[in-house]
Amino acid sequence: MSHEDDPLEHERASWKPSPGLAVAVTDPVQNNELPPHRERVTDKDPAAMKRAVRTVYTLFYLSVAGSVWAIAAYMLFPIEDGQTVSIRNNNLFIGLGIALALLALGIGAIHWSKAIMSDKEFIEPRHATRGRDTTREAAIKAFADANEDSGFGRRAIIRNSLIAAAVASIAPGITLFRGLAPQDTPTQPNAGNPVYLLSHTMWKEGSRLAHDPSGTPIKASDVTLGSAFHVIPEELASVPRSEGYLDEKAKAIVLLMRLPQEQLHPSPGKEDWAYDGIVAYSKVCTHVGCPVALYEQQTHHLLCPCHQSQFDITHEAAVIFGPAARPLPQLPITVDAEGYLVARSDFHEPVGPSFWERH
Amino acid sequence: MAREKKRRQTGRRSRIATAALIGAGLLLTGGIYAGASAAMAATGDSTNTAVSATSIEDGKKLFQANCATCHGINLQGTADGPSLYGVGEVAVHFQVSTGRMPLAEQGPQAPAKPPQFTDAEVAALAAYVQSVAPGPTYPSPEIIDGKGNVAEGAELFRINCAMCHNVAAAGGALTEGKFAPSLDKTTPLNIYAAMVTGPQNMPVFSDMNLTPEQKRNIISAILYLQHNDSPGGFGLGNLGPVSEGLFIWIFGIGTLIAITVWITAKSN
Repeated sequence: MSHEDDPLEHERASWKPSPGLAVAVTDPVQNNELPPHRERVTDKDPAAMKRAVRTVYTLFYLSVAGSVWAIAAYMLFPIEDGQTVSIRNNNLFIGLGIALALLALGIGAIHWSKAIMSDKEFIEPRHATRGRDTTREAAIKAFADANEDSGFGRRAIIRNSLIAAAVASIAPGITLFRGLAPQDTPTQPNAGNPVYLLSHTMWKEGSRLAHDPSGTPIKASDVTLGSAFHVIPEELASVPRSEGYLDEKAKAIVLLMRLPQEQLHPSPGKEDWAYDGIVAYSKVCTHVGCPVALYEQQTHHLLCPCHQSQFDITHEAAVIFGPAARPLPQLPITVDAEGYLVARSDFHEPVGPSFWERH
Repeated sequence: MAREKKRRQTGRRSRIATAALIGAGLLLTGGIYAGASAAMAATGDSTNTAVSATSIEDGKKLFQANCATCHGINLQGTADGPSLYGVGEVAVHFQVSTGRMPLAEQGPQAPAKPPQFTDAEVAALAAYVQSVAPGPTYPSPEIIDGKGNVAEGAELFRINCAMCHNVAAAGGALTEGKFAPSLDKTTPLNIYAAMVTGPQNMPVFSDMNLTPEQKRNIISAILYLQHNDSPGGFGLGNLGPVSEGLFIWIFGIGTLIAITVWITAKSN
């Protein structure tokens, strides 16, 4: 290798090992140069080179064909209304075309560089990280001159007012972002209070238990042994989708089951929370809030599909397996004069997983 | 050499003899069984058209021979099997036509297996059970015709069924070895029967919970899933992150590694 035009010559000449890093060894690594260059088949055999060239341009033309096919597939397999099969064909054939185009392009490029381009090894020397002393001095001087010219260091009052303006310019942004958070309004006095929102649901005294999603109220006599009803408050069915329907539903969903009365084991004070063996429990898992609705009517176990927490309905939804820390909250129920199941109150504790103010 | 040959020949002869003996035995038993079941089927077929006294009588014989050991001679139940009071003909149809009953062995759950009775025999059994322990009956044909409102049925399916049976009706696991089966081959009548009777750990969905029209819509939605391919291409069992994750970890990352190795390898 020729050293006539070495661009780093001056650095080599000025380089000294730093005193802290220099280590004197008796057997320094010898420069063994590169291993001997191994010729590829394409270097030795012109026929192989020809084949490689053919492979590469075939791949590139294949890529063109893939792109053309993707455009053709877009026209040949349009998405027609209501036809899921047409969506699938559209996605599939356009995707195959684009995949072929990009893969053939990439594979062709790699094959080109590996088999045809020169693979002779050569050494490209690194230059030192530290700049030349003259360069460093020039840079420092440029900063010093700029400071001198602008008076940034001298005129402290201008500098400080600039810093104040920069900091103040961030404040409107913070204010605007704070305004995006939910806030109390006269009609919804607690809309800005997340603890209140997490602690209360739509259920209140006298709310009828209704079918999800129709909102048809449920009579106690409808609930036969072994049944599982998916329940929402009757009033929820009339809440428009655009006005917090899902937010309310996510908290208020309830599973209604009827067990033989003697199998229930209510704790003192909760004996009248069930009606004739009919019990209602929140469907929101106390672990991370998945809907717990896998009810086994023989074992009376409720299984959460996300992390396999199991709740025993015969013992007030006590956790018998899995990561949930608390039983599912029970909704106290009774019947009204017409025989419909109604809530006696809201849940007595927040539904769903723990939050900062509730452990 | 000659001795060896002779011994080999004797050996072969004896093997043939064993095989022949087993074959003859199997043929004999199989022949008797085939004859008997053909006779049984014939008796069943002759009374298939209507629930008559004969089919109830046939059902009683079948019940006493195949079911009474566990469910009791009067359907009252024993220590090994529950009482059948009030289960009705549609429950018998569900349990027997899917092969869940007769039960092969005690376990967490009775799995579906090839049915042991012909359709006529199932009908006779169902007629007998219905005659002595009335319960839910066969639905009217329009309930299971699959021509209901698929969109509403799918919403009801997602609310009431999908948590166990999977949103694509591919089934899912329950606790301690129990599972909700896939519905990809379940007949409309058996879907109806499962909703009405709540087999094993499935809750009951009576007509007060899901009206007959809603049941019709749910059945239509499941039939739609059965008869239409997934719009997203290969479903990989529709089991969600498990099968999809396995696929992408093995084949996706495997392909990436293979390409990386190829890019960095020296060409020969």
